[in-house]
Amino acid sequence: MTDVAVIGFAQAPGERHSPATTNGVEMLVPIFGEVFEATGLAKDDIDFWCSGSSDYLAGRAFSFVSAVDAIGAFPPVMESHVEMDGAWALYEAWLKILTGEAEIALAYGFGKSSAGNLRRVLSLQLDPYLLAPLWPDSVSVAALQARAGLEAGVWTQEQMAEVAVRSRADGAGNPKAVRPRSDGSRSAVDLLAEPYVADPLRAHDCAPVTDGAAVVILAAGDRARALAERPAWITGFEHRIDSAALGARDLTTSPSAASAGAAAGAARAQVAELHAPFTHQEIILRNALCLGDEVRISPSGGALTGNPMFAAGLARIGSAATEIMAGRADVALGHATSGPALQQNLICVMEAK
Amino acid sequence: MSQPLHAPLDIAFDYTRSLGPTLSAFASALAERRILGARAADGLVHAPPFEYDPVTAAPPAELVEVGPGGTVVSWSWMHRPLEGQPLDHPFGWALIRLDGADTAMLHAVDAGSADQMRTGMRVWPRWSHSRGGGITDIACFVPQEPEAAAQTVKQPEITMITTPIRLGYDHTVSPGEDSFLRGLAEGRLIAQRCPACGKVYLPPRGACPTCGVPTATQVELPDTGIVTTFCVVNVPFVGQQVPVPYVAASVLIDGADIAIQHLILGCAPDEVRMGMRVRAVWKPREQWDTSMRNIDHFEPTGDPDAPYDTYAHHL
Amino acid sequence: MKHRAAVLGTGQTHHRSKRLDVSIAGLCREAADRALADAGVGIDQIDAVVVGKAPDLFEGVMMPELYLADALGAVGKPMLRVHTAGSVGGATGIVAASLVQSGVHRRVLAVAFEKQSESNAMWALSISPPFSMPVLAGAGGYFAPHIRSYIRRSEAPAHIGAMVAAKDRRNGARNEYAHLRQADMTMEKVLASPMLWDPVRYDETCPSSDGACAVVLGDQAAAEASSQPVAWIRATAMRTEPTMFSGKDHVNPRAGADAAAALWAAAGITSPIDQIDAAEIYVPFSWFEPMWLENLGFAQPGRGWRLTESGATEIGGQIPVNPSGGVLSSNPIGASGLLRFAEAAMQVTGKAGEHQVPGARTALGHAYGGGSQYFSMWVVGDTPG
Repeated sequence: MTDVAVIGFAQAPGERHSPATTNGVEMLVPIFGEVFEATGLAKDDIDFWCSGSSDYLAGRAFSFVSAVDAIGAFPPVMESHVEMDGAWALYEAWLKILTGEAEIALAYGFGKSSAGNLRRVLSLQLDPYLLAPLWPDSVSVAALQARAGLEAGVWTQEQMAEVAVRSRADGAGNPKAVRPRSDGSRSAVDLLAEPYVADPLRAHDCAPVTDGAAVVILAAGDRARALAERPAWITGFEHRIDSAALGARDLTTSPSAASAGAAAGAARAQVAELHAPFTHQEIILRNALCLGDEVRISPSGGALTGNPMFAAGLARIGSAATEIMAGRADVALGHATSGPALQQNLICVMEAK
Repeated sequence: MSQPLHAPLDIAFDYTRSLGPTLSAFASALAERRILGARAADGLVHAPPFEYDPVTAAPPAELVEVGPGGTVVSWSWMHRPLEGQPLDHPFGWALIRLDGADTAMLHAVDAGSADQMRTGMRVWPRWSHSRGGGITDIACFVPQEPEAAAQTVKQPEITMITTPIRLGYDHTVSPGEDSFLRGLAEGRLIAQRCPACGKVYLPPRGACPTCGVPTATQVELPDTGIVTTFCVVNVPFVGQQVPVPYVAASVLIDGADIAIQHLILGCAPDEVRMGMRVRAVWKPREQWDTSMRNIDHFEPTGDPDAPYDTYAHHL
Repeated sequence: MKHRAAVLGTGQTHHRSKRLDVSIAGLCREAADRALADAGVGIDQIDAVVVGKAPDLFEGVMMPELYLADALGAVGKPMLRVHTAGSVGGATGIVAASLVQSGVHRRVLAVAFEKQSESNAMWALSISPPFSMPVLAGAGGYFAPHIRSYIRRSEAPAHIGAMVAAKDRRNGARNEYAHLRQADMTMEKVLASPMLWDPVRYDETCPSSDGACAVVLGDQAAAEASSQPVAWIRATAMRTEPTMFSGKDHVNPRAGADAAAALWAAAGITSPIDQIDAAEIYVPFSWFEPMWLENLGFAQPGRGWRLTESGATEIGGQIPVNPSGGVLSSNPIGASGLLRFAEAAMQVTGKAGEHQVPGARTALGHAYGGGSQYFSMWVVGDTPG
């Protein structure tokens, strides 16, 4: 199988309310420029483009068709789009390199989560006959999952708060992270004194509504070696989906993450960028991926310090790849999730060679 | 940079959902105030029923009656209910395992306050005043056992449900569109030139579509141009604003490198020609806003048509 | 290295304006079950599932593949969701092919669908954001001016569109799954139908359909293990250009021409009209047949209508186009592209029944979408090539 590596990554600064349009162009043009400058590539060098975004995030059909304006897609380009997080666009890009149809591929994701009421919009991801007519919002669904784990003794509210404290501290060092609304140095005890947003979830348990975009460039074999000093070689790239029947799932576990992680070799990671929009979901993922205490978790600050829908998973992979490219790790893992209560999960394991 | 123009974008539609055999049986039973579950290949009873077994992907072999009482297996509290949710005052969301079922149903519990909610609590359905709405036939669950079981009354089969979906967005235009729209409010056509290829875009885009760079240099254009191509609209449709027949055309404004779409009035539809010279007819100034609607339509100037070769590359 | 991939089986629903007898999942399963049965493959033998459909607003379900995981047997497996506007059915087939050609998976199920009766596609498409001009012309109003440009540029006689429509509707009558089945349709009847968006008449437009299509793809070992004839994927191609840009050729878009050139080169085809036995081309308005014949290289620019006029695109002609009846006979938007791809496979496996092109060994499946912005296509054959 062809060796493929991440050789470039850029992301737009996470914003709680961007003045940009929902078609992504204003957020994408600067980060395309940034990643091209860093890699020495130009648009003509890209053999395949793939993007991830959502019409429902924008509130209109075909909201992604204008995004290719940011590419400058003439002469025409080989290009595709998934109605998923950009992490799955990266997966499609990886496939295209494996088939030999492309040597260099670029994946991007974008989303203006603040354009609508995100927790209502996401309720339309639920079963359209049995659940969506009740409009269970995404935060409430996560709260049901959080309580299930609390009462089963899988995690505690203190452990959830500790996830938030570590994430906020790491996010403070990340210029692309969303600034916390409150003081970033508060302790778990302080956080637990705050009121519930959706019992048992408090504000610190929930990712901020975030607008943003991310881009990752892949290259094959010698092209990757020529373009990057320390490419992040993909050694495992797997994704799985769980049942949509929330009430039939054991919400305290993630079989899809466990299965994808086992197939991808997740347990070898030294650092893991996890796409956990809620604190307890990080704990579920660490358990599912068999990540021990020695594994550094989301040094970027993770989704709790910036969760641009449809770009956040791709940004986790880019952040994990950066750990390798910058020489801070030899084996890194990027994770993306999609759907209610961690229904769908993707794992990308990358290594230095 | 100041915030570009933005305004509410509300989308609303009442979706009509045909149910198919399993969900139809479930909805029909709900209309009769009974709750059905589906027995899976592994013997577990799923309530609500699955259409396709999560393990085997097979349709259910058997539907069985469950409930109506059940036990809360997890819950959360909704302080400020959102539009469309089952109750408009604070309530609990709960996963409820109905008696006789092995899986849980997600629904609302009208418990009064969060301290009345606990895992393991017993709940019973409060039926809606209406029938035939599928899952919303259960208005919510309540912690009190009803004094009498709900009357099951034979109802016609339910094969469809209607699901209203209403969402509100804040729609923002790009900086280029912003200058264009603000120009329209002054009766001016403000285009932008791409710094890379030099093409003039009216209206400006977020980026030049062929170069991928933002267009910045403003160019004011006249309100005259030519019809490059068109169709005669003879068919009425929802939202139509002009009586048929009329002409919808691509109009290449003088100095622009891309056509805009607009109406051609002021002559019979069969007099409109490719290459015909036209000018904008503006609405009265007091009706202007930041919209292309400020131009009511285009009409012929009476000048000689543009030769085909001068606009063929815009087709 | 590219691994060989083949279509092991295809399936589709009976397409209707309203399939009120099924849910969304039921619609998808009807197509998937037929494809699995045709392939002789159990749903438990599928390694990954790819779902394609056009805008989520059509059904009012955000990312419906999440909810469809159980119905499509995808629980515990990889699942991808493709959306490339009207070309999405084709793109879905190509992504599924990539999953096999990359060597990642052995058997893949691809399902594309649209249940337009859940809402009103015209409503979803005509949502007019603030500050924008409301749509001036309705469904056909976007494409009719470009058809006028084609007629002007090619000097085609006015009846060509009606010839195409009559042929496709008659072909649809041979296809048991088609939405419109009009065996007695004639050019004269089409010409007598109301002029909706001059130059486009009522009978020259596609219907609005509920429907789904599925294909099962397999690797070389799976193909060789099949007891059924398979359609080998000889080549795929996708190209995109911006929806609107200065200099865009709406009649002969460069993205389509580039995709076709890449496709023929990858498939080893030097003269498409001589080497392709049947073509399923995305023709939602009749005049797009001659336009795409030129764009795809079956005819020189300006001469596509002569092929149509000569009868070459009829079943039995030199280059039969849309023997299934095409989009003019069935249009479940998200599925329409995959239907073209599946019908091409049916032709080269001899499974096209009443609309079989005799002796077809190499066939084209084609889809496009957006404002003639996205193009996807594949060539399949009865041998690996």
